[in-house]
Amino acid sequence: MQNKTFVAVAVGLGLISLSACGSGDGKSSADSKTVTLVSHNSWAISKKVQRDFEKRSGYKLRVLKDGDAGQAVNKAILTKGNPQGDVFFGVDNSLLSRALDNGLFQPYTAKGLDKVGASYQLDKDKHRATPVDHGDICVNYDKAWFSEHKLTPPRTFADLVKPAYKNLLVTENAATSSPGLGFLLGSAAAYGDDGWQDYWKKLKANGVKVVDGWEQAYTQEFSGSTGGKEAGGDRPLVVSYASSPPAEVLYAKKRPSTAPTGVATATCFRQIEFAGLLGNAKNPEGAKAFLDFLISKEFQEDMPVNMYVYPVVQGAEVPAEFTEYGPAAENPETMAPEKIAANRDQWVKSWTSLVLK
Amino acid sequence: MALPVAFFALFFAWPVAAIVARGLKVDGAWRFGRIADVVAQPDIRHVLWFTTWQALASTALTLLLALPAAYVFARLDFPGKQVLRAVVTVPFVLPTVVAGSAFLAVVGRRGLLDQLWGVRLDTTVWAILLAHVFFNFAVVVRTVGGLWAQLDPRQEEAARMLGTSPLTAWRKVTLPALAPAVAAAALMVFLFTFTSFGVVQILGGPTFSTLEVEIYRQTSEVFDLSTAAVLTLVQFAAVGAILAVHAWTVRRRETALRLVDAAVTARRPRGAGQWALLAGVVLTIALLLVLPLAVLVRRSLDAPGLGYYRALTRSDGGTFLVAPVHAVWTSLQYAVAATAIAVVIGGLAAAALARRDAGRLVRGFDALLMLPLGVSAVTVGFGFLIALDEPPLDLRQSWILVPLAQSLVGAPFVVRTMLPVLRAVDARLREAAAVLGASPWRVWREVDLPLVRRALLVAAGFAFAVSLGEFGATVFIARPDNPTLPVAVARLLSRPGDLNYGQAMALSTILMVVCAAALLILERLRTDRTGEF
Repeated sequence: MQNKTFVAVAVGLGLISLSACGSGDGKSSADSKTVTLVSHNSWAISKKVQRDFEKRSGYKLRVLKDGDAGQAVNKAILTKGNPQGDVFFGVDNSLLSRALDNGLFQPYTAKGLDKVGASYQLDKDKHRATPVDHGDICVNYDKAWFSEHKLTPPRTFADLVKPAYKNLLVTENAATSSPGLGFLLGSAAAYGDDGWQDYWKKLKANGVKVVDGWEQAYTQEFSGSTGGKEAGGDRPLVVSYASSPPAEVLYAKKRPSTAPTGVATATCFRQIEFAGLLGNAKNPEGAKAFLDFLISKEFQEDMPVNMYVYPVVQGAEVPAEFTEYGPAAENPETMAPEKIAANRDQWVKSWTSLVLK
Repeated sequence: MALPVAFFALFFAWPVAAIVARGLKVDGAWRFGRIADVVAQPDIRHVLWFTTWQALASTALTLLLALPAAYVFARLDFPGKQVLRAVVTVPFVLPTVVAGSAFLAVVGRRGLLDQLWGVRLDTTVWAILLAHVFFNFAVVVRTVGGLWAQLDPRQEEAARMLGTSPLTAWRKVTLPALAPAVAAAALMVFLFTFTSFGVVQILGGPTFSTLEVEIYRQTSEVFDLSTAAVLTLVQFAAVGAILAVHAWTVRRRETALRLVDAAVTARRPRGAGQWALLAGVVLTIALLLVLPLAVLVRRSLDAPGLGYYRALTRSDGGTFLVAPVHAVWTSLQYAVAATAIAVVIGGLAAAALARRDAGRLVRGFDALLMLPLGVSAVTVGFGFLIALDEPPLDLRQSWILVPLAQSLVGAPFVVRTMLPVLRAVDARLREAAAVLGASPWRVWREVDLPLVRRALLVAAGFAFAVSLGEFGATVFIARPDNPTLPVAVARLLSRPGDLNYGQAMALSTILMVVCAAALLILERLRTDRTGEF
């Protein structure tokens, strides 16, 4: 008897699995009315704005989130002969050279590109990569800690090596984390190819702590975050983003009147994210319509609260929370993508042996 | 046999071979010289050495702490046993980033140890080793305990009657019978810890690096596929060596055993010794496993009126197009599909491997089946992308890829759990049935199945849990639909703001409850028929 029950259970399980998975989507990517976006895990868009795009362009948007920023770019390069989609969003200035040198994108001049600030147009001769957003990697500070200790928070790179801020900063491993790499590149831009190692020697002597990823730094070590408070984080300075303080307000249990964290505004490194038309795209027309949409005012104004980045199009407004709770970076450090491509591996190697060993 | 072979060739061997070949072949010519170059680097050697010794130490420590628990669960009967058995499996499915932070709350700064004795283990190798015990405790308890519960205690009792000491009786009677299961558990723990990624990053800090971390870095960050390919080959070699040792030690020990119903072997604890053992095991579990989990639950309850849980039911329109709580349903669908695939593939493979006339080739396949546990998820994920991209096998965007990838990790569990039991089935039973005119199918159904059903359920439970908690391959495969539970937790954790953090904790708690509930239901399936054979 028990055998029959067992067989019944087994068959039942099989049926459940079949029916459960039959509900998966059967849409084909070759559909000319569908445009497929390949992006990283941070891609986000409001439902309404996506529907507006679909209504206006006549294309249905399908999104493939393909890992973190580095993975998504690498996978797109690996599959460039037979891409997974039509358009790619999310290659930043530190990876732009890798994408362009590998011929990831075909040229397309998006409608409205003239309204995009000139400083963002890093591929302005060939128009393979369209700038979409920018953000700044900056040191954040825990306001409560600094007022409790009656200490002025740091503002510049040079401040961070002062004895007053000894053992206060936590940053991320430049070899495994994108803000970690950004902070290293920022210091290299500020102190020059020969000076940054000296700067890091001083930072190390001043007790900088390095952890592997942003999650550990921000939600474990940083005293200004909920996770950090739970875990007894004792570092009031952390390398994060200029948009982190507004996020702390928008995602608070109870909205505070001011942000609990602030930004050291002269410790920033500028990150610009690009999108492009994938070579061998099955629906190039749809991809072009989507690229136009990415630099439309509607998307540019929707983007900040979803992805915590800032618009690149002139006249696109940043939500009030952003200007109210998060000060803008002062003259953020920048670096040409070719220079980053030429030096990054070597710098990361020297940084590792200098700081971690 | 043909089905499992085809499955592993297509969904494991080929993708991995494709990505390794991409790395080692430059302009059509093989660059085997790269292997020597990479292996000669002192950094890489250091990483290899650390990876190996921490895995061995973790395995030894896990066995040391979990074997007594396996005994207690197999042989002692006490209230709350089923719940406790489900609880010890929960860490196994938790995303490492969540479990890592919970674990830090015990051994890290201001953790329990710090407050009581001022001991902090974070950023030491001890934190890594203990966390590996935390994650893999269930592997030993379930694999070894499953067989132990079915060993006939009368054999040991007979030895005692004949005058041996309890220890000698255990060593000479029970241990040899258990050896294959212990070796199988040790092998799985070794493979898991050898390829440990999140635990090492979170608890060890950037100064500790394993081969897995290095492969991830070379593939995802540096994009140096040739170094990644060499490291993958090194990983293969190391895992292969371990598998060979395992096969060699186990093969000589497997014998037909008398298996009895698990329900009759467990007794109420008797005597001070057994009570003390029970107390010790419960205390270990409470400190090492339950405490970190309790921290997570408490953090998820920090908002007034279950605020974090209520937030989970709302869509924020951006990161999650549907409410995060929808991930529960997505995860369950994938887990059921992955379990079905793993049980069919693993079960068929185990049945073929268990045959006494199985040749060398088949036994070689046994080792091959374990390889997916020892290969980096990023390698498999990238391999899928370039290998399965042509019709009729353009699976890159098919829903089936996720359960397929998950079942690659689940199937070895099914094989390892079922094989010792299947091999222990006395062949004479099958022969007798065949002589009496039963068809092979009927022999299997009436002889093998009733004896291995318990193992099959244990295996299915494992495959289910593995799939539910699987993170690596799932994030490396792009899907247009909604995230699974671990992926949703990781997304919430990667954003600032206490609401995101709280929701991550709440979703992790839900993941724990779903896992525990699924395992309890499986246990119930078993006990409903207790005593029928």
